[in-house]
Amino acid sequence: MIKTDALIIGAGPTGLFTAHQLNIIGLKCEVVDNLDKIGGQCIELYPDKPIYDIPAVPECTGEELTKNLINQLKPFEVKFHLNERVEEVKNEKGQWQVKTNNGTFFSTPNVIIAGGVGSFEPRKFTPKECEQYEEKSIFYSIKDKNIFKDKTVSIFGGGDSALDWAVELSANSKVNLIHRRDEFRGAQSTLDKVYELRKEGKINLFTKYQLKVPKGNGKLDSIDIQHENKEIKNLKTDYVLGFFGLIMQLGPIANWGLNLNKKTIEVDTEKFETNQKGIYAVGDICSYPGKLKLILSGFHEGALAARACFKLARPNEKYRFEFTTSSSSILKRLGKKSD
Amino acid sequence: MPKITYIENNGKSHTVEVGKGLTVMEGAVQNNIPGIDADCGGSMACATCHVYVKEEWYNKINEKSEGEDDMLDQAHDPNKFSRLSCQISVTDEIDGLVVDLPEKQ
Repeated sequence: MIKTDALIIGAGPTGLFTAHQLNIIGLKCEVVDNLDKIGGQCIELYPDKPIYDIPAVPECTGEELTKNLINQLKPFEVKFHLNERVEEVKNEKGQWQVKTNNGTFFSTPNVIIAGGVGSFEPRKFTPKECEQYEEKSIFYSIKDKNIFKDKTVSIFGGGDSALDWAVELSANSKVNLIHRRDEFRGAQSTLDKVYELRKEGKINLFTKYQLKVPKGNGKLDSIDIQHENKEIKNLKTDYVLGFFGLIMQLGPIANWGLNLNKKTIEVDTEKFETNQKGIYAVGDICSYPGKLKLILSGFHEGALAARACFKLARPNEKYRFEFTTSSSSILKRLGKKSD
Repeated sequence: MPKITYIENNGKSHTVEVGKGLTVMEGAVQNNIPGIDADCGGSMACATCHVYVKEEWYNKINEKSEGEDDMLDQAHDPNKFSRLSCQISVTDEIDGLVVDLPEKQ
């Protein structure tokens, strides 16, 4: 059980700056994110795309912004729990008991949801029949590649994940690579490798095909794939892998008893608190009259939510507003000497 | 103003006027038409504003943007009439455009 002053859900720019604001006023926090890296949408969706509306930063990429926000947290001890998704939240005597899918437990008076538009989940195959094979014969990520040894694996997708795994698994497995069009978006060098392996008969390539239906009796036996012109082919296969990128889902947050408005959480504009005391929402995931989905708005919302956390984390102390330029206690927290 | 018709996957049809210079995605979002999520807000980074353009209109709208097909690879159940609605510009020429919305984004 980890006790902390505040738990932040989401390690995107808003979550990171909220962590900074908490630490500036002397509160400890921990951060949970479903992705395997820090940065949220900035890293997952547009690491290379320039952003032009961060105050005092004329131009920066999502990756640069993330790096700077991480640097800004350097003076503080902030623990990140990556690859973890918060599953359950319940209140016991004014403390929120929070549990992740990895079994990490937190006890905290404050939970700040900075979840963007939700957590990133793999996109799945369209046919409903795929569900019954999921995590048995149909996978959207690979945990143990040894299970594919000497088996037939059908890989769907046109990006780097699909191409990389096709090349890698072709060493010990029979590989079918299936993509909905002729062009691939993965790296050219990997694509060249795929074409080479195809010539050697190690990879079978099917373009303009998509998965029509998986077949089998309890155990996957084959798949029907359909060409753009409707022609159907049946392929014997032991495993199917789908690499279609990620989609954002609100996920378990939807079941926490919060007032929702479409995919967003309603908050007040003083504390950015939800209808549950001690649960706040900041950044793209919150909604209130006039809400702008800009990174700069997330920074403002996080700063105010952090002040609201103080009251619940330090019920016997009075919060005093201070500037970083002049407060000796803030400078001390930052590891700087005051004049 | 050009009129655009959005047909939900359950068959429910919405015809709305969309200002020139906007995108087909913005037309849906501003008119609260369900079925287009547009998570990334139109920066062609997410594939959640996916539509199927009616065949007779497919060649009349502006061509695909560079990288649009890469994102469509990640859309739910794409076909050869798939487009990202954030990349379709609204002009007088596409007055009357009809798009079908997928089962989900």
